[in-house]
Amino acid sequence: MLNTSSVLEFKSSTFFAPILILFNNDMAAIEETLHAKINLAPEFFRDSPLIIDLRDLNKQNQDLDFTHLTQLLRRVGFFPVGIRGGNDQQNKQARALSIPIDTVREQGAPIIAGNVQKPEMNPQPSSQPVTTVAKPSVNPAPIPPVAVTSTLVTQPIRSGQRIYASSDLIITSQVSAGAEIMAEGNIHVYNTLRGRALAGVHGNTSARIFCFDLQAELISIAGDYKTSEDLNKQTYHGPVQIYLQDHALIIKEIA
Amino acid sequence: MARIIVVTSGKGGVGKTTTSAAIAMGLAKRGHKTAVIDFDVGLRNLDLILGCERRVVYDFINVINGEATLNQALIRDKNCNLLYILPASQTRDKDALTQEGVGKVLDELTREFQYIVCDSPAGIEKGANLALYFADDAFVVTNPEISSVRDSDRMLGILSSKSRRAERNEEPIKEYLLLTRYDPDRVKLGEMLSLDDVQEILSLQLLGIIPESKSVLSASNAGIPVILDEKSEAGQAYADVVARYLGEERPHRFIDSKQGFLRRLFGGKK
Repeated sequence: MLNTSSVLEFKSSTFFAPILILFNNDMAAIEETLHAKINLAPEFFRDSPLIIDLRDLNKQNQDLDFTHLTQLLRRVGFFPVGIRGGNDQQNKQARALSIPIDTVREQGAPIIAGNVQKPEMNPQPSSQPVTTVAKPSVNPAPIPPVAVTSTLVTQPIRSGQRIYASSDLIITSQVSAGAEIMAEGNIHVYNTLRGRALAGVHGNTSARIFCFDLQAELISIAGDYKTSEDLNKQTYHGPVQIYLQDHALIIKEIA
Repeated sequence: MARIIVVTSGKGGVGKTTTSAAIAMGLAKRGHKTAVIDFDVGLRNLDLILGCERRVVYDFINVINGEATLNQALIRDKNCNLLYILPASQTRDKDALTQEGVGKVLDELTREFQYIVCDSPAGIEKGANLALYFADDAFVVTNPEISSVRDSDRMLGILSSKSRRAERNEEPIKEYLLLTRYDPDRVKLGEMLSLDDVQEILSLQLLGIIPESKSVLSASNAGIPVILDEKSEAGQAYADVVARYLGEERPHRFIDSKQGFLRRLFGGKK
């Protein structure tokens, strides 16, 4: 009998790959620009995996033949390994070429819903390839994941705005009533918190909320919440932290 | 290069059109060629407040649709020959406004004028969004009551995310606060939010406080912008607003009734 565990094993790991974001469906222009970029750093781009992002293109309703694009990219030396934001037709073509389709949200980048200004984030401008660390070789060694650990927002969060961070969320301005801030990790507000703050939205019960002045409409950690009505029973002077203990939200002043 | 100013609030009835008329007149009176555009298509009011409703032939929508030229539609104010009004259409609705159309008209205006004041309709729908889209500066008109402040806060969020400047990642729209219908006596009684209460939420650069004043209504009814009523407190307050916007330092007035009273009694000598 074969011992199955000695044959293979599945593990999860994070890799870096450049993302190619297209703003124009003109193949000739794409090819020309690619050549120009590659000539700047031929070693860097040689045999590089590539994820193709078509969201902007499809937002502008510019159609693009994904099969042609893939051929073009292979010709100039890329290995397309994924498609993101493609339309049905493009996804179908990707599947036929055995290229995985990413329809879910991007990892690491905060999702911003509603009308929200672009928060200042740690990642580099997206038009640049995001990799500087890994160069894939024939037998790529597992790369330790370098997680994006926080999202920084310095502008005020106004009523009606929503900010989502798949990391910790740090806000240096006030959060207005009627605004909503959410993070998969901790939330820090170095100002007055008047809106709704939800930390650990994916169930992280050890997430915490820190703020300078708690006047929130609602606070929640991993789904357990308190509304302003519950909060108003007690007044807090100075900065507080909020954490979860036995499914109860504990609000403690930071001395 | 012309500056495009949007006068906005979110909430209705707070004094956007009164403010638009007053500051446009104020800018023109100080020698700047100014155009004021009514974006409230379907509910046109600006021409009434500026007293030119009987001279409206073509309107903003006609210009957007190419049915009239800009020069045919612009009405020269009878009090100040540097002020021009582009009225809204009363028979259409806001769907007649298009981003391209508005952009084209503003583009043409920027070549001839120094200031373009866009009088936004209430709400956060198409008309309001188009009024602010091309703006360089925003005058956020707020009444000292909680729903108006909340709506202004919402509007500020839209200003910082849905404007052309935001979309192009340019320097953000400069936002100013105008607190209108302020009544220091009622603030003292706790019936009205104070300037500090409002600023705690909005924290904006204050351009001026316009006191509640009977002269505003009578000026509107007479079709004369209140800024021309130099005796009224509201008129003086708007004159201050224009001066501050143009970079002059002027101390804020009308914040406290008693202080104003004492100053009137003992002031002036310093």
